[in-house]
Amino acid sequence: MAKLASALVNRLVIIVPYAWLLFFFLIPFFIVFRISLSQTTVAMPPYTPVFDLAGGLAGILEKAREFSVDNYVWLTEDALYFNAYVSSLIIAAISTFLTLLIGYPIAYGMAKAPRAIRPTLLMLVILPFWTSFLIRVYAWIAILKPEGLLNQFLMTIGIIDQPLIILNTNSAIYIGIVYSYLPFMVLPIYSALEKMDHSLIEAAQDLGCTQVSAFWRVTFPLSLPGVVAGCLLVFIPAVGEFVIPDLLGGSETLMIGKTLWNEFNANRDWPVSSAVATVLLLILVIPIVYFQNVQAKADGERG
Amino acid sequence: MMKSLGSIRRSFAPWADPASKPFISVKNVTKKFGDFTAVDDLSLNIYTREFFALLGASGCGKSTLLRMLAGFEQPTSGEIILDGQNLAGIPPYRRPVNMMFQSYALFPHMTVENNIAFGLKQDGMPKPEIAERVAQMLKLVKLEKFAKRKPHQLSGGQRQRVALARSLAKRPKVLLLDEPLGALDKKLREETQFELMDLQQELGLTFVIVTHDQEEAMTMADRIAVMSHGKVVQVATPAEIYEAPNSRFVADFIGDVNLFDGAVTSAEGGSVRIKTTGGIPVRMASSEKLANGARAAIAIRPEKIRISRQAPAHAPVNAAEGEIWDIGYLGDMTVFHVRLKDGKVVKASSLNAVRAVEDPLGYDQQVWISFGEDAGVVLKD
Repeated sequence: MAKLASALVNRLVIIVPYAWLLFFFLIPFFIVFRISLSQTTVAMPPYTPVFDLAGGLAGILEKAREFSVDNYVWLTEDALYFNAYVSSLIIAAISTFLTLLIGYPIAYGMAKAPRAIRPTLLMLVILPFWTSFLIRVYAWIAILKPEGLLNQFLMTIGIIDQPLIILNTNSAIYIGIVYSYLPFMVLPIYSALEKMDHSLIEAAQDLGCTQVSAFWRVTFPLSLPGVVAGCLLVFIPAVGEFVIPDLLGGSETLMIGKTLWNEFNANRDWPVSSAVATVLLLILVIPIVYFQNVQAKADGERG
Repeated sequence: MMKSLGSIRRSFAPWADPASKPFISVKNVTKKFGDFTAVDDLSLNIYTREFFALLGASGCGKSTLLRMLAGFEQPTSGEIILDGQNLAGIPPYRRPVNMMFQSYALFPHMTVENNIAFGLKQDGMPKPEIAERVAQMLKLVKLEKFAKRKPHQLSGGQRQRVALARSLAKRPKVLLLDEPLGALDKKLREETQFELMDLQQELGLTFVIVTHDQEEAMTMADRIAVMSHGKVVQVATPAEIYEAPNSRFVADFIGDVNLFDGAVTSAEGGSVRIKTTGGIPVRMASSEKLANGARAAIAIRPEKIRISRQAPAHAPVNAAEGEIWDIGYLGDMTVFHVRLKDGKVVKASSLNAVRAVEDPLGYDQQVWISFGEDAGVVLKD
């Protein structure tokens, strides 16, 4: 009896995450996907067809005929969307790379710090999360604007005599993304580096490596899982980022999150914005699934 | 002919020859970590092709000394000379020594092959030569079939072999081994001990091994340095360490021993007479110069103590009466704990050379323990 109960509990434990995914990911996704196949109309909700159960199964099937892929065709016809996707991917890629360049040394320093102060350092990395993300991005406006703190500081110490124009450019977006997502890069790399056996480095040195070559031949390859996880954690949300380009970016900055927002709110075109969202999801999910398959295969070979 | 201590493994004793030059010379080396002195003004010489063991309890400084030889730690003072070269300031990657780590420290992201080739690639050896050397190393440790495996797909014993092959691949002048067999189970450990000895002979290398396992050190080493609190207490062959310990610490640390404390009654002509605190008059062959009345101790190994039902002819000298307190049957031998009249418990072991004994000794039996005049060592206090 107790055995049966524990088997049941085990089942339940597995069901919980799947139920979560079903209710908060899969069902919302199908709602968005369904809207992306609809047409816009001036009504409430602003698309058609809208199903109601009164028509019975026949009525639903009848209405389902109104579904079309017109919105996806539309996305390919207007270069705006293509450019927005490409530009988002490029901005996200550059930001991810910059985050890695800054995050890796931080994680490395933390992992090499005396054991006693590591929790404090970890705390400092997480600390910014205690302030609202929006407020922190607004704060960057005050820092980066022409008469802002950064320019004042640089002009006071005499490095520049004209204020730098950073705000409302892509540079401001990079700064915003790197700043906001840095902890997501640092934490996985730190955890990969922290559990590494120090005698591996000594073995590498013993076998002829200098400190630098031991890093590149042993430390870095062993921290790759952390690097990959960190890059995904930064890249994925950065592609769809809306707040940072909206607040820090300029009018010429094209990012898919902003385009989506415009379609949804300014144009009130739910079907097209749903199509934009669906395509964005596919762009991100397909490479990740492929990557994880490759990873699983590699693990399988090892295990 | 001179009596020798224990069996002689081979006639290899460069340390006894004043003309031979040491290969590694540790001179007055001290290593401090903050207030803690790990190695304390330590000096010793290691000779070419020697199998040298650093033996001691954990925290005695043996690993620190090994790490100084490898270059992971720098001496606070003193110097280490290897093959005529002062090692001060020379980083690990430029020393002609390699180390086999206690944890093996195999690179988990590389195959067995690549682990072994690691140091060779780092030295920029041409590819065909690397392949040849790796094949040779795999054959040496009998792992040809496992070349493409990753470390986590190997058993503990196999990993140990990979670590050994990797540290030998660069043909170092000296191989440093940090508790190399610590992670293996007893049976495998014993097998591997002999394999390591054969390998060392075959390759003609100098091995320096750190171990806390005295049996391991006794089995493998040409000479053992017994360490305690950062100092070397005795450096000698395993037989000398066992049969002629120079202090109570060494006598007690290596193997089992019975220590009889007492006072010297006379010392002349290579023989010392001592009255133990338990009242046993002991006569022991010894060249120690001792004054009458000086405190001294006699150390006698259990296998050199005889047990008999009747008093031996030389009683009461080198003999005492007692009763059997405990019997430990180990198969190959039996250990008796005999309680003497003053309450002292003496350990005596006897080899079970025959399968069945008529009327064996039992608990609570009254017996005599006795020993010969050359059975023990006189230790000054």
